[in-house]
Amino acid sequence: MNVPDISVYYFGAISLILIGLYAVLVKKNLLKMLVGLSIMETGVNLLLISVGYVSGKSAPILSEGIGPKGAVDPIPQALVLTAIVIGVATTAMALSAAIILYERYGTLNVEEIRRLRG
Amino acid sequence: MLKRSLAIITILIIGYWLAQSLAGVPFGEDKMLVGQYYLDHVKDQTGAVNAVTAIVVNYRGFDTLGEVTVLFIASTGVGALLWRKRKKRTAKTEGSVVLTTGSELLFPFVVLFGSYIFIHGHLTPGGGFPGGATIATAFLLLYMAFVSYEIPHKAFEKTEGLAGMGYVLVGLTGLAIGGYFLFDWIWQTWQWGTGNIGRLFSGGFIPIIYTLIGIKVGTELSGIIDNMLKEEVRE
Repeated sequence: MNVPDISVYYFGAISLILIGLYAVLVKKNLLKMLVGLSIMETGVNLLLISVGYVSGKSAPILSEGIGPKGAVDPIPQALVLTAIVIGVATTAMALSAAIILYERYGTLNVEEIRRLRG
Repeated sequence: MLKRSLAIITILIIGYWLAQSLAGVPFGEDKMLVGQYYLDHVKDQTGAVNAVTAIVVNYRGFDTLGEVTVLFIASTGVGALLWRKRKKRTAKTEGSVVLTTGSELLFPFVVLFGSYIFIHGHLTPGGGFPGGATIATAFLLLYMAFVSYEIPHKAFEKTEGLAGMGYVLVGLTGLAIGGYFLFDWIWQTWQWGTGNIGRLFSGGFIPIIYTLIGIKVGTELSGIIDNMLKEEVRE
């Protein structure tokens, strides 16, 4: 089993995704699981951005000195712009669900939140 | 303990699998296919010099429409989840004078900078979503500094809906003029601003749509903040 030779950006992005996955799997506090979800989102966004990087080229804003040949891939950046906003939206929804859960049950421990209570 | 070690083993296997598959994607090499087309044609097809905002609004405008819809649904959902009959702010301690005066002074500057970001979306980094988030930050500042601050609800919720409708109306105008939804009629049909690419009055409908999106995102995030900071009052 040889270790694959990947860039440090890919490694960091994969590590962020896995750290978030670990938090979601292991942690019992709901807020910590949501922090894990946010870390996972960050990892995915970093992975998308680093796939589009072209070494030695600059940001895709065409101006004096930066022509169409001197810019990195703009598509992953557009995708990540969308993904960030969706991440914020889902986090806001999940946080308000957490607020409701704490009011109903008095705890945020996912093992104690069992039955639906009116 | 067993659960944690099992989780770590699973995660290491997943990580190895991800790294193995990413080893086939070279880092830092030119992998552009459609991206190069966008970079080559962005100036004469859309009039924007910022290729990212041109893609987000013009080439892939449907993505942005969906994104705005997602944000709108999130804000509606937060409002529905946290709906109560009587709601009030529950902050009890007053902030210091330095904090309140400082945020009062900072507020117009933050709003000005947010508007700058979304108006210049076709020229500089940024666009509607960062600009809108900056404006929401200004309102968050007021919420955090003052015990009794509240956004003007009627005006805010109407502005949000009108900005969203404005986006769809711009798209429908494109449908009427050019034959498909979100057709850039200002650039393609009117040829407006074709002479001064790189200046403020260029970029087709990108600045207009980004202004609408900025207003919409700013009011939406402020509404989410408002909903989350209030609690039910019990007598």
